[in-house]
Amino acid sequence: MNFWLVLAVNSITFGGLLFLLSAGFSLIFGLMRIPNLTHGSLFMLGAYIGVTFVLGIHGFQLNFWLAAVLATLSVAALGALAERFLLRRMPGDQLAQVLVTLGLSFMAADLCLMIWGGDPISVPTPPELDGFARFGVLVFPAYRLAIIVIAIVFAIGLWLLLDRTRLGAMIRAGVDDPDMARVVGIRVSQLFTIVFALGAGLAAFAGIIGGPILSVYPGLDQDMLPLALVVVILGGTGSLLGSFVGSIIIGFIYNFGQALLPELAYFVLFLPMLLVLLLRPQGLFGRHVP
Amino acid sequence: MSRKVTRRKFMAATAAGAVAATFKFPAPAIAQAAPFKLGLLTIKTGPLAQGGIQMEQGVITYLKEKDNTFAGRKVDFVSADTGGSPAGAKTKAQELVERDKVDTIVGPLAAFELLAITDYIAQAKTPLLSLAAAEDLTQRRPNPYFLRASACSSQAMHPMADYAAKEMKLKNMITISEDFAFGYEQMGGFQQTFEDNGGRILKKLWPPLATPDYTPYLAQIADCDGVCQGFAGGNPLKFMKQYGSAGLKFPVVTGQTGGDDALLRSYGDEAIGLVSCCPYTLDAETEANKRFVAGMQKNFNLDPGFYAAGLYINCMVIDAALTKAGGKSDDKAEFMKALRSVSLSDTPRGPVKFDHLGNAVGNFYIRNCEKVGGKLVNKTVKTYTNVSQFWTYDEQKFLQQPVYSRDFPPLKS
Repeated sequence: MNFWLVLAVNSITFGGLLFLLSAGFSLIFGLMRIPNLTHGSLFMLGAYIGVTFVLGIHGFQLNFWLAAVLATLSVAALGALAERFLLRRMPGDQLAQVLVTLGLSFMAADLCLMIWGGDPISVPTPPELDGFARFGVLVFPAYRLAIIVIAIVFAIGLWLLLDRTRLGAMIRAGVDDPDMARVVGIRVSQLFTIVFALGAGLAAFAGIIGGPILSVYPGLDQDMLPLALVVVILGGTGSLLGSFVGSIIIGFIYNFGQALLPELAYFVLFLPMLLVLLLRPQGLFGRHVP
Repeated sequence: MSRKVTRRKFMAATAAGAVAATFKFPAPAIAQAAPFKLGLLTIKTGPLAQGGIQMEQGVITYLKEKDNTFAGRKVDFVSADTGGSPAGAKTKAQELVERDKVDTIVGPLAAFELLAITDYIAQAKTPLLSLAAAEDLTQRRPNPYFLRASACSSQAMHPMADYAAKEMKLKNMITISEDFAFGYEQMGGFQQTFEDNGGRILKKLWPPLATPDYTPYLAQIADCDGVCQGFAGGNPLKFMKQYGSAGLKFPVVTGQTGGDDALLRSYGDEAIGLVSCCPYTLDAETEANKRFVAGMQKNFNLDPGFYAAGLYINCMVIDAALTKAGGKSDDKAEFMKALRSVSLSDTPRGPVKFDHLGNAVGNFYIRNCEKVGGKLVNKTVKTYTNVSQFWTYDEQKFLQQPVYSRDFPPLKS
């Protein structure tokens, strides 16, 4: 019984982390029509920058949450720059844009190796959450429960942003029909920059929040990118609800698949993606075929 | 950066080749004064770079100590980055042999890289000294040009299991390691020796190499009195951290990669109490180790681990063989003979010699991870001396059983 509950709670935790990672991926995919292959790198960069502040440089040390905010903002700025000065130069050429993001991801990986070295860095759990929550006989690490709360707060925040604000309405319009959105006076290219920065920031935030569980190491980017891709293909691009449901589903499949069918761990992880692509190419909640 | 240099070298080599082909210069006949060419296959980019960079540091430390000279010959050192793929290893090995004309290669790091080049190395008759642990290359399908001065996968696990059963008095254990050959071979060795000493393996867990979250596996660790993990690269760190934060308290034992001294600077308090068995230990009280550690401190300002020590020892072996051969390395078969007959009494890991299949026979150290003065250290608690790849088993019988694998030895039900 304990075994199943631990797995279930962990599935939701992992799903929460995947949601933070893939929400931005999904919006970028929906709006700009490209799978942003730097998304894993942004996740890793966020974790590296965050842990640098947490562990301190030259005695300048920050609280975990402050470090997370700073890492998020700096990676969001990097994302905006990459969109404005690189991707913007190839408007409409999606293949070139995808290749640029792929190239950037390789460069980011080697840059991280140069700066932070090859040693894996373990991210300390924030001290206030470094304990266990007890429910009768069940014991869960408090930090994992906190991730669930954070993911839910972000899901609500993003939903409010997209559903209740003018900016959100413009983004939705851009996702649905970019040409028509331009016609009615929305500066879609400016939206690209905003959404790219938002997605980059979310990925970086997921990176540092996931740090205490996953730690940071070269190759983290390549571990996470396929998961974001599976979530978004399953949930549908450009849909917040899609990434949320997709993340939770993948969280469950990942955890239960590895525990029950370890030989087929990857098979069960990618099987739903295959089925969705065959039977419902737009994804469970997607608005258009990618 | 390295790619740029490679390309430039390639251009230079092509140009030189073209010139030579045009004018047919006679080859200079000064073999003795010619420098000894030492090639290194390592990984400097990607997820396995951590160990790969340390390998290069080990070589550089030895070369600096010896003032770039082996047996009176100047050493030309060529370092190649395989990128951690079998194809990259093959390409770079060919470059080292055919373009750079190296006399000996050290490396590569990973077993899958080694397997990709073993046939080529035998064919090219270039001596190769590697850390990569693929067992059968010194067991059931030995390569005459291959030498391993560190340990094959299960070599550290046999004594580890002996210690776990006899001294830690563990009875029922669960093993967990990556789902690839190095993991199978380590855990197979552990299981065989542990069960021969009255213990029992309850379950064997195999997470894939890239597993961000081990919790699904950790949830299956219960009702045992110990865990043996065989993770490599950065994975031991992630595993121990998640193990600790899942509230698991069973003692954990591990091998050369899981308890590597170089990992200690990245581990947190969750590693306290981790028992490991390794062919090299930072606290070994040998003269050679003092020199080696001091050199690593001076050159790179860090404590070395298994990878740097392994390559440093490889260089010592080459140096000794070259001295023995009177500085001659032209006849590859003769030089290989000299390499195989090397027996060193003082290296950073203690005495080293080779068995007839080319695998090291030497000391293995059981260490307990402790926190001393705010710093994690591996403290040696027991030394097994003169350990061969066959442990205490009869060689013939050992070679008759299949190589350790996912299903061998099978679980006892």
